[in-house]
Amino acid sequence: QSTLVVAEQTDDVLTPITLNAVTAACKIGGDVSCLVPGTSCSKAVEQLKTIAGVSKIIVAEDAAFKGHMPETLTPLILQIQSQNNYSHIVAGASAFGKNLLPRVAAKLDVDPISDIIDVVAPDTFVRTIYAGNAIQTVKSSASVKVVTVRGTAFEAAAEGGNANVDDGPKVEQSSLSSWVSQELSKSDRPELTAARVVISGGRGMKNGENFQLLYTLADKMNAAVGASRAAVDAGYVPNDMQVGQTGKIVAPELYIAVGISGAIQHLAGMKDSKTIVAINKDPEAPIFQVSDFGLVADLFKAVPEMNSLLE
Amino acid sequence: MARVLVGVKRVIDYAVKIRVKPDKSGVVTEGVKHSMNPFDEIAVEEAIRLKEKKLASEIVAVTCGPTQNQETLRTALAMGADRGIHVEIPADQCAKAGPLQISKIFAKLAEQEKADLIILGKQAIDGDNNQTAQMTAAVLDWAQGTFASELKLEGDELTVVREVDGGLETVKLKMPAVVSADLRLNEPRYATLPNIMKAKKKKVAKISPKDLGVEIASSIEVVEVTDPPQREAGIKVESTEELVSKLKESGLV
Repeated sequence: QSTLVVAEQTDDVLTPITLNAVTAACKIGGDVSCLVPGTSCSKAVEQLKTIAGVSKIIVAEDAAFKGHMPETLTPLILQIQSQNNYSHIVAGASAFGKNLLPRVAAKLDVDPISDIIDVVAPDTFVRTIYAGNAIQTVKSSASVKVVTVRGTAFEAAAEGGNANVDDGPKVEQSSLSSWVSQELSKSDRPELTAARVVISGGRGMKNGENFQLLYTLADKMNAAVGASRAAVDAGYVPNDMQVGQTGKIVAPELYIAVGISGAIQHLAGMKDSKTIVAINKDPEAPIFQVSDFGLVADLFKAVPEMNSLLE
Repeated sequence: MARVLVGVKRVIDYAVKIRVKPDKSGVVTEGVKHSMNPFDEIAVEEAIRLKEKKLASEIVAVTCGPTQNQETLRTALAMGADRGIHVEIPADQCAKAGPLQISKIFAKLAEQEKADLIILGKQAIDGDNNQTAQMTAAVLDWAQGTFASELKLEGDELTVVREVDGGLETVKLKMPAVVSADLRLNEPRYATLPNIMKAKKKKVAKISPKDLGVEIASSIEVVEVTDPPQREAGIKVESTEELVSKLKESGLV
């Protein structure tokens, strides 16, 4: 039994979810190798080398991997798989992993398993369905288990390793697709899925400009700012701020839901937060059923008050 | 002009509160309102817009499932799809039809129908798998544009703006291609009554997975389905001052 973890990196920095995926791989058991594909891999490789549980790193550094196009990465993974015959291929359930791993699985003609939250046995995994309203335990008899891992459900793997580093095979860039550009939301605030504190706004924010209230508070608290799907659908903020089953899954120390009623699909994205605060003027809002501290108040009054109390 | 295939799945309506069966075999589906998977509505809408822009010649809506799936197909036709294909899978076999098997069905149909573009929802709100589009592209060896928030079709080149973790990404795909629709791709229209009437006359072909040579045999077995752990409601505070002092006590701020 052995697992290949497909590492994810942006701008030569290892994406944190990779370390959560390594922990899941260690829980599956057996030997854990990591594949680091990209145009520039040295920093990510240096970091992964020190991670406990990783015995081997395969580096695939080539201009062909620009933009991590699945049409080009899939043949790379297939070639490595044919050489090493891993029992499991694992990646984080990020936009990267969700895009790539099903393509790999279909090419191997095996049923993949998405977004697991626990490993029961090497062939048995736990995942959520219906936006977290039910928990499903599944058993796979596939010859290779291709699995994506929900980052917030597994601790990040710690340091204390000393992995060997090998070069991966060369593959041609696929002519099917090419990467053009990226428009990353620029923010000095911490990244949503890695922040210790997250403040999210919902439809109660009324418009996009009012999110400034949350940004001001967030800067004071070193928090990330998220939004409910309703706020995204209403066009207040971009979709990459969406917290929920169809957006990002977060589990910070402190989650502050502002003007969010608490639709099921939003709760699925944040209910594993350690402490939940809800500010809503509707005392019947379902968000109060999951919050540790609920404040029934007008957010346009409460948020500025909170801001000045934290001076 | 492109021939477009869209996938439509019949799922428990998003507004219904899910109940887990006492025997833990799944969730209660009997007597529960069903509708088209919301992401598939976005996929259908995008296909219609391509046709309205004279970029698509025909839209074929495909659904896989039991007899009741006909309703979902009729909805797609009422929105503006030209005809439908119902791949009938008896209810008792649906559990064996995972995303991989469905993607093989779509791939076969794409070949038969000489489709140039397949648009699917990025995920269905029942299984939350987010796999079918990627796997359909793999089976066909086509390019994939997942989590799309914008499409631009020019000749045999498809530009897709994708929703990724940090923002947006633009990729160029060589047609034919598979696209999966994300939230912000468009806002689906409602079917009007005249169009609902017209849809009744549109053609729906019925076939079985066997006709396509696809075996419905997922290697994934559901061991059990349970309720999620319930979070206890905490306390209500009276004022912002009290809230902040509670957070300070807990060392959170």
